[in-house]
Amino acid sequence: MTSENLVYLIALPLFSSALLMLLGRKADKWGHIFATLISASTFVIGAMEFFAMIDRPEASRAVTQKLFTWISVGTFNVDAGLLLDQLSIAFVLLITGVGTLIHVYSIAYMSHDKDRRRFFAYLNFFIAAMLLLVLGDSYLNLYVGWEGVGLASYLLIGFWNQKPEYATAAKKAFVANRVGDFGLSVAVMIAFANFGAVSFIGIEEKVGGASETALTAMGLMLLLAAVGKSAQFPLQAWLGDAMAGPTPVSALIHAATMVTAGVYLITRSNFIFDNAPTAQLAVVIVGTITLLFGAIIGMAKDDIKKALAASTMSQIGYMIMASGFGPAGYAFAIMHLLTHGFFKAGMFLGAGSVMHGMNDEVNMRRYGGLAKFMPITSITFGLGYLAIIGVPPFAGFYSKDKIIETAFNAGGLQGVLFGSAALLGAVITAFYMTRLMLMTFFGNKRWAQGSEPHESPFLMWAPMAVLAVGSVASGYLLYSGKAIVKWLAPVVDKNQHEHTEFLPPIVVTTLAVVAVIIGVSIAFIKYRGDLSESAPSEVSIFTRVIRRDLLQDDANEFLFMRPGQKLTQLLVKTDESVIDGAVRAVGSSALGSARGMRKLQTGYVRNYALLILIGALVALLAALAVTI
Amino acid sequence: MGFQSPALEYGALAPMLIIFGAAIIGVIVEAFAAARLRAPIQLAISLGAVVLSLSQVWRLRGSATTTAAVNSVVIDGPVLFMQGTILILSLFAFFLIADIDAFAAQASAVPGSNEEAKALQSGKIQTEVYPLTLFAVGGMMLFPAANDLITLFVALEVLSLPLYLMAGLSRRRRLLSQEAALKYFLLGAYSSAFFLFGAAFLYGFAGDVSLAGIRSAVSGGPGNDVFLIIGMVSLSVGLLFKVGAAPFHAWTPDVYQGAPTPITAFMAAATKVAAFGAMLRIFYVSLGGAVYSWKPIFTAVAILTMVVGSVIAIAQRDIKRMLAYSSIAHAGFLLTGVIALNQEGLKASLFYLASYGIATIGAFAIVTLVRDSSGEVGDLNRWVGLAKRSPAMALIFSLFLLSFAGIPLTAGFIGKFTIFTAAYESGNIAVVVAGVLSSAVAAFFYIRVIVMIFFTDPEEDTVTVTIPSLYTNLTIWIAAIATLALGIFPAPFLDFIATFATFTR
Repeated sequence: MTSENLVYLIALPLFSSALLMLLGRKADKWGHIFATLISASTFVIGAMEFFAMIDRPEASRAVTQKLFTWISVGTFNVDAGLLLDQLSIAFVLLITGVGTLIHVYSIAYMSHDKDRRRFFAYLNFFIAAMLLLVLGDSYLNLYVGWEGVGLASYLLIGFWNQKPEYATAAKKAFVANRVGDFGLSVAVMIAFANFGAVSFIGIEEKVGGASETALTAMGLMLLLAAVGKSAQFPLQAWLGDAMAGPTPVSALIHAATMVTAGVYLITRSNFIFDNAPTAQLAVVIVGTITLLFGAIIGMAKDDIKKALAASTMSQIGYMIMASGFGPAGYAFAIMHLLTHGFFKAGMFLGAGSVMHGMNDEVNMRRYGGLAKFMPITSITFGLGYLAIIGVPPFAGFYSKDKIIETAFNAGGLQGVLFGSAALLGAVITAFYMTRLMLMTFFGNKRWAQGSEPHESPFLMWAPMAVLAVGSVASGYLLYSGKAIVKWLAPVVDKNQHEHTEFLPPIVVTTLAVVAVIIGVSIAFIKYRGDLSESAPSEVSIFTRVIRRDLLQDDANEFLFMRPGQKLTQLLVKTDESVIDGAVRAVGSSALGSARGMRKLQTGYVRNYALLILIGALVALLAALAVTI
Repeated sequence: MGFQSPALEYGALAPMLIIFGAAIIGVIVEAFAAARLRAPIQLAISLGAVVLSLSQVWRLRGSATTTAAVNSVVIDGPVLFMQGTILILSLFAFFLIADIDAFAAQASAVPGSNEEAKALQSGKIQTEVYPLTLFAVGGMMLFPAANDLITLFVALEVLSLPLYLMAGLSRRRRLLSQEAALKYFLLGAYSSAFFLFGAAFLYGFAGDVSLAGIRSAVSGGPGNDVFLIIGMVSLSVGLLFKVGAAPFHAWTPDVYQGAPTPITAFMAAATKVAAFGAMLRIFYVSLGGAVYSWKPIFTAVAILTMVVGSVIAIAQRDIKRMLAYSSIAHAGFLLTGVIALNQEGLKASLFYLASYGIATIGAFAIVTLVRDSSGEVGDLNRWVGLAKRSPAMALIFSLFLLSFAGIPLTAGFIGKFTIFTAAYESGNIAVVVAGVLSSAVAAFFYIRVIVMIFFTDPEEDTVTVTIPSLYTNLTIWIAAIATLALGIFPAPFLDFIATFATFTR
């Protein structure tokens, strides 16, 4: 089926973004309202497409729209085309829905910033690029959106680029993303070389004829792309620094949507991964390492946004891990992605609300006892908290529980290993999130005298409340009657696999709940009483290593940055002495011979005539010599 | 055998007849119209004639090949394309001629004399330049259409004689201008002698002056091969002189520098089209059978021309001389199209001529704008930092230079690319290698000028960029847009050319 409306999803925010940027200061007064309305209208379009999709029979739910022929070389054709199916509609609703809430929130949050209009222009640009990413019907179209969200992320992390460290953070994110983008471009090339096509449908048709080596190579390159964009190990270091951006950006881009693009990419490429078990295993390993890595970092963070960022990293690790389990896991990866979109965005907005009430203080050691002063924030945040640690029946319980179950169901030693890691992750998650709650909303007041915290305005708490409802109910809604599994099956599980059970579900659920109880209990014992305003300095080597983010920056510096700088210096020297030297030599020798030849140009007609005569005679003799 | 009165096919000859007719009317206007009114009347006549003639060329496009005037003129695809190109280029040349007081008040007055001062005071201007240009345009249109050696020679003289005069008409630095005119005339006459000498020998070889007759004699006739070679080489000397190929190029920088800039633009752009048109016809139609005799010579000349043009240009300190050497280098590149001797080569040559011509007119148009109190400033050292005074013109001038250098996304790149491809396909690898290398050297001096204009701070402030008049502005912008458009979307134009690119034998 085709639809003529898909293009508006992208065109509207793109147009609005361009308009706000071109009009400049003239749009300062109404730019934020306009951008929010545009974002809301994309949500309306998305919702209507969703309802239309539900009404159609399962076989014809996907709709496409061809925009124009983009590349046409010989037999190779790429259309700029859009594809809206059961998978992409889930993303469209998340992006436009959460996106619109965050637009509303930002109206209040950014009200004192003189560049608010520019901020909204970037936000709309992000919405357009992210929608193109999930709506593109080929890897090449996806790539355009992929780069677009990278640019939006860069611009928004560095939004307050007057602070050098914020600009550095933006650069760091950009560089890490480039590494991943390289993987995506190689994957596109592999696809083209092996299938002669780059569209999802085109590749899926020909996937049976490709060698497993090619599929594994393409899968690994797609994984590299996902690792860069979704801050997975070993390209995870940028996400913490990305918190330099305004908090709504952290909520939208660096929690709910953009960073989950890697999960989308792997799920979308299910036809590749299902035929490349080695690449799948790599996906699971990367996800497992990251979910533990992020959780461990989160244990020692005192900066509320960085703690949440570490948690995001860890939760996406769960999603990546689930997507590595193939058709058994895709639906749960997407389900966790959606529930996470609600509760993590809600908690980020909550963190923003706390910062708003605390003069932009981010250090949790200077919070404490805020529940009394910010009741709405603490309740909405608390609901998100219950969701993320996986307390039944909150959203995260359903999605995380199913991922742990799937991990165990992988079977054999691997299944036990991955399942246990996921359980351990759940323990740590419960620990650091409880720590975060206690340090922020309970315990003794540790803020400076005279700066009384205050609750945020309506425009800020309303989006938080909506997201809190999602944190509570989305898990049940998505999973009741296996709704999400059945919904996505036509895209990610066409053959309706029978999934084996390693442990009975009730056992896994019990284990998961026990894990939560353990984690919460440890945190309660440790952080129950009054805390000091500064972090304890007499700590074990492990704590110190964790505080240094498990040495992620040191490793990057040692392995890449310094050798890279050395290499650059060497290249600059080579360029100056060898290459420039050669160029200068060519230039000066040409100039020298030019001066020599110029002597022939005497200005006397007789000399010119002689030259012509000599030339004619030489030519004549040569011609005669050649012929005879 | 009674005398048969020659029948003229007026329809096929209309483009040329219109131009010649307008030229004669122009002469009459010079004699009878009031001095004050001459300039506008002449301009109107010239522009009208060019446009009318252009419409006739457009009408003839696509019609079957015809010969006219008792087989002495042939009208086929390449001829029509070149006539159209020449007409469009001369339209812009007239824009430049109309625009500025580049021409002497009274050409006959001795430079520095009282008479000259009086003429200057009275505000006179030598408007004969219009009919002279029209005559030259007519000659140029006839040159590639000539179907026998006699017509070819007549056309050569018709296009050359007005140019000799026009070169001497400069308003400022008149001695330099007159010296250039005399040099051009003497050397032109000298090379015409070579041409005639060659024509005589070719007649001796073939017993026929028509190109078709020579063709059949070359392919298996009983002729004397030594006569053929002497004739061919001498004839080529005359033609190579006109296009400014080394070692017959020495006049080019002196004349380009001395002549009034609008005339230089006209000569550089239109003469090259006409001369290459004739050369392509002679070698593709008549002498193709003797390719093994002339190809080595032409390869050597082409390589020498590219190298001389590119290398000496580096040492130039005057913008017009630099552009002159650039045009010499381009003659070398164009010769590779002649040597290719295939359909692609012809097509590429036509594209190259059109794109080179339009960029040349544009570049010289900008040269007319850079002035100080005593007129145009050619000294490159005084062009330093020009971008600060007129960023738009500096940018467009850079565009033309980049096109001359053959940088992608300009017409020059497509021209070089297609012409080298054609030469390569014809198996002439040496000329392609030399061409690419000298292009690289040439890029050096073009980019040096761009660096001077943009990235060096000006030292003195006496040079200004005058605000261009409507005509000059139109010329510059159309040339710039064409250069860019042909560089970015060359395919439609190349397809259009392909419909013209077959010589009738």
